[in-house]
Amino acid sequence: MSFDDLYRQNILDHYQNPRNYGTLDHPDVSAEDSNPLCGDEIRMDLRIKNGVIEDVRFSGKGCSISKAAASMLTEEVLGKTLDEVKRIGKDNVLEMLGIELGPVRLKCALLALKTLKMGVYGVRGWPGEDGEGG
Amino acid sequence: MRALATERSAKPDFAAIRRDFPILERQVYGKPLIYLDSTATTQKPRQVLEAEDHYYRTYNANIHRGVYRIAEEATEAYENARERVARFVNARSPREIVFTRGTTESVNLVANAWGRANVHAGDVILLTEMEHHSNLVPWQLLATAQGATLRFIPVDDQGRLDLSGLDRLLQGPVKIVALAHVSNVLGTINPVVEIARRAHAVGARVLLDAAQSVPHMPVDVRALDCDFLAFSGHKMLAPTGIGALYAKRDVLESMPPFFGGGEMIREVRLEGSTWNDVPFRFEAGTMNIAGAIGLGAAVDYLSAIGMDAVHAHGDELIAETFRVLGQIPGVSILGPPAAERGAIVSFTVDDIHAHDIAAVLDREGVAVRAGHHCAMPLHRKLGITASARASFHVYNDASDIERLSDGVHKAKQIFHR
Repeated sequence: MSFDDLYRQNILDHYQNPRNYGTLDHPDVSAEDSNPLCGDEIRMDLRIKNGVIEDVRFSGKGCSISKAAASMLTEEVLGKTLDEVKRIGKDNVLEMLGIELGPVRLKCALLALKTLKMGVYGVRGWPGEDGEGG
Repeated sequence: MRALATERSAKPDFAAIRRDFPILERQVYGKPLIYLDSTATTQKPRQVLEAEDHYYRTYNANIHRGVYRIAEEATEAYENARERVARFVNARSPREIVFTRGTTESVNLVANAWGRANVHAGDVILLTEMEHHSNLVPWQLLATAQGATLRFIPVDDQGRLDLSGLDRLLQGPVKIVALAHVSNVLGTINPVVEIARRAHAVGARVLLDAAQSVPHMPVDVRALDCDFLAFSGHKMLAPTGIGALYAKRDVLESMPPFFGGGEMIREVRLEGSTWNDVPFRFEAGTMNIAGAIGLGAAVDYLSAIGMDAVHAHGDELIAETFRVLGQIPGVSILGPPAAERGAIVSFTVDDIHAHDIAAVLDREGVAVRAGHHCAMPLHRKLGITASARASFHVYNDASDIERLSDGVHKAKQIFHR
């Protein structure tokens, strides 16, 4: 993979202009998690109506990969049902980013999804954590 | 002897030293590997690799047991390595050196074997805010198990220990003061002689986490007057999985074992056992023989360069790094001035995340660490989530720092466009 692939235009764009950034007043679901390896922190707020995600915000601090993944993920889940969100997996996130990542950066990329699923399932240790390879 | 002295005073040939490290011949992403993460682990010279290889190829045998020729050779090589390590830190006797897996195991050994016998409910363990997790978590475990309390010497905004409240911190039943000799994040060289003197005055023992000092500067346990000194082989050109604990002979003699098993016993009956002499009491089971032999070779290698010269080389590289990074707007270097630190520079670049800095540098062939460097409380105190860290050893030179600087410029271009 060349250098330019790692910092593709879409990743830098989402990093510098994150979509749905911020918090919601009185969210139906709010979940926070962090990556102990690099100190990245993320919070996901959701407004849910009839099982559909009506509004979503993310906030926190992190590297370009973790922030871009969070930003892309908020766009992806907006208007989706909770069942649809539960089906989003590691491969979907990597597809959105359009790059391959080693085990350490993979955790950065998946932090937002992990946090989102924690919120949606209402539990820690969501099912997608296995086989993450890192 | 005169010839030797002359050799030592001459500046070592660091270009030739660099050629002793085969890994530096490789390329990553089509660019020469520039290795700037020696604080995490150092590269290994040919001489160390050959010593380990030679053991496995020609006299591989278990030690202290067999009476046949190669077992005797292996035992002799292993104990020779212990002698060389003892001389390297100026211990009074090789019996004061216990081989371990590394600094973490050395600290855990003290926390368990010495700690459980000497630290009780209500006692105090004094640490600092800049400790690596390996010199923090074992003490947390001990404090919880024994009902003891942890106290911390604070770090000021220059990255130095604030000793203004030390007398107060040393009041009461303080049993041990455990601290880093050199910080693995800030590079700060701590005033450990003064701290040891004041700790001893109130009857506390002193443990130094020397993981970042023994590889980089002359360390003399008698001058430091520490009771325990923990360090790792892999951070001083030796293989992984080997390290050492120095402990004063009388303290070591007083300690019960940590691990039970073969070799650490004198006599075993079904209902109980008596312990072997030190240091063997603390070396249960088959040890990392090849690793110890490799560590002995690394000690020889460093001694031939001279630890004063190793230290001076690190100082030159640090001064150069301060000069070069100091010219880049937005770069903030954590910790004290160049003159007061080991060969470690942690820095941040504007609001660019350390991972992104490291990822850009990686594509340039430059390996630096990014994260909290196993010192989360310190980063919290400094108000940052992560930093990038460049660290050096004998195989680095000024051209490496130029490549580092080029990479930082490139990261700024990418993330600030």
